[in-house]
Amino acid sequence: MSEAILGGLEALTSGFRELAQNGGPGLIMLAIAGGMFYLAIAKGVEPLLLLPIAFGCMLVNLPLSEMMSPEGTLRTLYNMGIANELFPLLIFVGIGSMTDFTPLLANPKLLLFGAAGQLGIFLTLLLALALGFSQSEAVSVAAIGACDGPTVIYVSNLFAERDQIPKAMVGALAVAAYSYMALVPVIQPPIMRLLTTRKEREVKMPSPKGKVSKAALIAFPIVVVVITGIIAPKGLPLMGMIMLGNFIKVSGVVPRLASAAENEIANVSTLFLGLAIGGTMAGPQFLTRETLMVFGLGFVAITTDTVGGILLGKVWYWLSGGKVNPLVGAAGISAYPMAARIVQVEGQRWNKHNFLLMHAMAANTGGQIGSVMAAAIMLSILKGLGIL
Amino acid sequence: MDNLTFGLTMAIVGMGGTLVTLGLMALLIHLLTVFLPPGDGKGDS
Repeated sequence: MSEAILGGLEALTSGFRELAQNGGPGLIMLAIAGGMFYLAIAKGVEPLLLLPIAFGCMLVNLPLSEMMSPEGTLRTLYNMGIANELFPLLIFVGIGSMTDFTPLLANPKLLLFGAAGQLGIFLTLLLALALGFSQSEAVSVAAIGACDGPTVIYVSNLFAERDQIPKAMVGALAVAAYSYMALVPVIQPPIMRLLTTRKEREVKMPSPKGKVSKAALIAFPIVVVVITGIIAPKGLPLMGMIMLGNFIKVSGVVPRLASAAENEIANVSTLFLGLAIGGTMAGPQFLTRETLMVFGLGFVAITTDTVGGILLGKVWYWLSGGKVNPLVGAAGISAYPMAARIVQVEGQRWNKHNFLLMHAMAANTGGQIGSVMAAAIMLSILKGLGIL
Repeated sequence: MDNLTFGLTMAIVGMGGTLVTLGLMALLIHLLTVFLPPGDGKGDS
């Protein structure tokens, strides 16, 4: 009898013993989870994703946690939607439904800013290789330059499921991607000022003229999907889902589906994805030198994206005889609509009569398409090289 | 494949491919707006 009681008590205190004996990495991860809670709740940094990620991180790092064991709850979520890349794709349906491509259709040449805004992906890839990352790891880290959380998770997980990168790296990449996306308003303005002259920043751009027909808006997602399917079929799941969401919305005939894509589907997928990604952040696997390097390279990626967009803006300014404000180029990244708002605020700071918002929105939606297209093209090249 | 060849292939073909594809897409979108111009139709924006 007494042995049974002692055994029961021992079971209840084993968590404390584990904490005392092997709790170091777990305690650090619990502190990191606490930091993410603080950022999400007190500072409003990407709370939609950081909250569930932090909670998943906390759940998996408590002593003796079985949340990521083969039968664990987080493992089930992971297998349901991360291992097969389903959750990021469902989130893309929601993003597509929430995005208004009208400014881009009114001024399609601004789509080129969406290409320039992906410069960070390829420069970071070269840098990661130079720093000793494997080819698969370098591609995964470079994907942070897409400035788009679901794309980063989708790309890196393709490698994680083939054991080409550690699974814990997916969590580090996701947290880095979402953190830097939230920091875009802090990162971009100094670069915008550094790379442009006052005269360039003051350039006033007239409002875009002309309406866009509903027929063109409906045809747009179909055209984008067909081109992606022909040129970069490996990225079709990404582009297909984002354009499906947009098609559902602009068709105007299925408001219930559009509402479900924007709300229920996006919200449930975001919650499950965040929890499962947090579940990959177990201390011993997460606390590595590579994780720190991922955060450093992520910063390089986001910074060089902005540089790429502004440099194209400067070329355009020169070619147009000073009619294009180079600041618009900074919106050619995927952080929508945040990057467009930053351009508007920065433009008005130097010329109170300047309204760059619609141009910046066009470049910003171009950045969304550009980031997915860059990822799609990378994946297709990797398939061609026999790596995927 | 060594890292240098791999990196340069990804950078040149990847960045070049992205630029060309988005350029093509911009051209097709322009054609869309030309062939499907806004009329008095409901939902034009």
